[in-house]
Amino acid sequence: MPDGAQPVLDVRGLKTVFRTRSGEVHAVNDVSFSLQRGEVLGVVGESGSGKSVTMMSLLRLLPMPPAMIRGGEALLNGRDMLKAGPKELRAIRGGKVGFVFQDPMTSLNPVFTVGMQIMEPLRKHLGLSHDKAAARAVELLDLVGIPDARRRLGDYPHQFSGGMRQRVMIAIALACDPDVLIADEPTTALDVTIQAQILELMKDLRQKLGMAIVWITHDLGVIAGIADRVMVMYGGQVVEEAPVRDLFARPQHPYTRALLQTIPKISGPREARLKVIEGQPPILNAPPSACPFRARCEYRFDRCDAENPALRPVGAGHAVACHWQAPAAPLAAAEVSHA
Amino acid sequence: MRDLTADAPQPLVRVEGLKMYFPIRTGLLRQHTGDVKAVDDVSFTIPAGETLGLVGESGCGKSTVGRAILRLYEPTAGRVEIEGEDVLALPPNRLRKKRPTMQMVFQDPQASLNPRMTVASIIAEPLEEHTDWPRARKTERVYELLDAVGLNRRFANRYPHEFSGGQRQRIGIARALALNPKFIVCDEPIAALDVSIQAQVVNLLEDLQEKLGLTYLFISHDLSMVRHLATRVAVMYLGRIAELSNSAALYANPLHPYTQALLSAVNEPDPELAARRNRIILTGDVPSPANPPAGCTFCTRCPKVFDRCRIERPDLVEVEPGRQVACHLYTEKTNQAGSTGGFGALSHRQQTNQQGVSR
Repeated sequence: MPDGAQPVLDVRGLKTVFRTRSGEVHAVNDVSFSLQRGEVLGVVGESGSGKSVTMMSLLRLLPMPPAMIRGGEALLNGRDMLKAGPKELRAIRGGKVGFVFQDPMTSLNPVFTVGMQIMEPLRKHLGLSHDKAAARAVELLDLVGIPDARRRLGDYPHQFSGGMRQRVMIAIALACDPDVLIADEPTTALDVTIQAQILELMKDLRQKLGMAIVWITHDLGVIAGIADRVMVMYGGQVVEEAPVRDLFARPQHPYTRALLQTIPKISGPREARLKVIEGQPPILNAPPSACPFRARCEYRFDRCDAENPALRPVGAGHAVACHWQAPAAPLAAAEVSHA
Repeated sequence: MRDLTADAPQPLVRVEGLKMYFPIRTGLLRQHTGDVKAVDDVSFTIPAGETLGLVGESGCGKSTVGRAILRLYEPTAGRVEIEGEDVLALPPNRLRKKRPTMQMVFQDPQASLNPRMTVASIIAEPLEEHTDWPRARKTERVYELLDAVGLNRRFANRYPHEFSGGQRQRIGIARALALNPKFIVCDEPIAALDVSIQAQVVNLLEDLQEKLGLTYLFISHDLSMVRHLATRVAVMYLGRIAELSNSAALYANPLHPYTQALLSAVNEPDPELAARRNRIILTGDVPSPANPPAGCTFCTRCPKVFDRCRIERPDLVEVEPGRQVACHLYTEKTNQAGSTGGFGALSHRQQTNQQGVSR
């Protein structure tokens, strides 16, 4: 990815809050990131870290109220999506930006055939005729590897298996040749062998179609396999951002480091005991005035309670939001077994 | 009964030829027209104090095995001995007396805890059912259990919704422990939890096993976590065990083509490794257990399939000490190679290794 090229998506200072009866929940706090053409950005975080809400905010897919976008901008090819009017927004959703959700069963409409659901964006966004849209739908199903595509257009979602349904979702998202594809845990509900199929498919499609992908997941293994760059979120903030190899080789944030040590490996020496991140994720009922990870952090010191760390650069394309200075040495294997 | 003169220690759990068929009824008269063979002839043993990992993809029957063993279902056929007693043959009153020895931890702590009961009453429920202890003793036991699973005693009178997922799973574990069980079926106990919380629950299960000498059947689709936890691992596919082996050997050198594909599909959290790995990508989906393929159930997706696989169903046979595989590749080879046995099977595997669609 050449530096200085105009990013296809550029998000600055995004803030989203939810108004609830017990006060405001600050789900996304000042999140900034950019995405180059053809790049896969992995977004990692556990439930409640704000990773999905960030992406849904961009397309304003959240119910408002209770959700409210408090600030920031999201430039898609230089135009701010957050300021887009209803008509422009409709053209973006499913047009310039495709979305694949986690659960393919609940995101497909059970009473319409798969063909109708793929043809809908083609007819609405591109104004294709029924026949042309049907032909394109067959192409799309072929592209995502659904055998016997023409016949299957008339099938309903329940006639497809989980992996096949997710392929249909991907076909719908790709229908209008999007610049950006946002994939929100697209393989989490699938079995590992099917997950591997979908991952291969996405890598393939990205090469063929050259779109940029935002891949949201809590699975670091998936990230390692598909992402170019990774953004780690915690408590509604970006706590670390790095090229994928750098992140796994030299994780800087205590949360990233702990996360990498807490998962058992499929090969290599077997861990005697898993490292535990004690405690629970924070409740975000106030705007952050201190580090969101401090309650669970083993390196906490005075400054962490006083000041919310800003992202600071620690290497080429690598930034971390932490007051603590991680040692230069790579994550020691010994640390895994003694902890 | 079994031969009691054998030297080897008796396994705590012995499952033989377990079958669980769910009838398919169709038409106006609900006639029995077929069966979903969720579990079809499964056998294994678990020695006391050990963990058997049961892995496989959704629909392979692993959860059904767990439930059938505890007789939460009435299995179609087979024997399940727990401490030498056939659980499947027990009349209701004896089964009820047996229940305290065998317990279960469920996948979804949200759904398996009654939202209208306090934590104390949830944990005390097995005590109410199976003991006639005075109230003070039950309360004392509840506190002990809360301590054991690392929950604050002050939480006793709160309701499940006030807890996070990891804490709810601790409540579920405390309930399973209430009657001092010997055997616990853990059905995907960490699948619903966040990564940073999973390790907390897994470490707790390990601590409890060590302290209380528990025996686990750990059902999971998370192969890395099973590698961490289990002494031995059984891989299930479409209602049958494809491979059963000690954990180290299985992960180092999987024998069954399905195990090989399954392990190669696991995402290693290491980009260097991920780039270098030769993945076996299986094509297609798991066939319906109502209409399994003739011969080997894996023959429709197997990259190493040959004619015999489509005709004859392979039995689970021991190919190396402590390693059982249900695959014709190994029996073919042992028959032909004679004395070379399992070793010949291995070289055959290497030859055919590149047939899978690998990238």
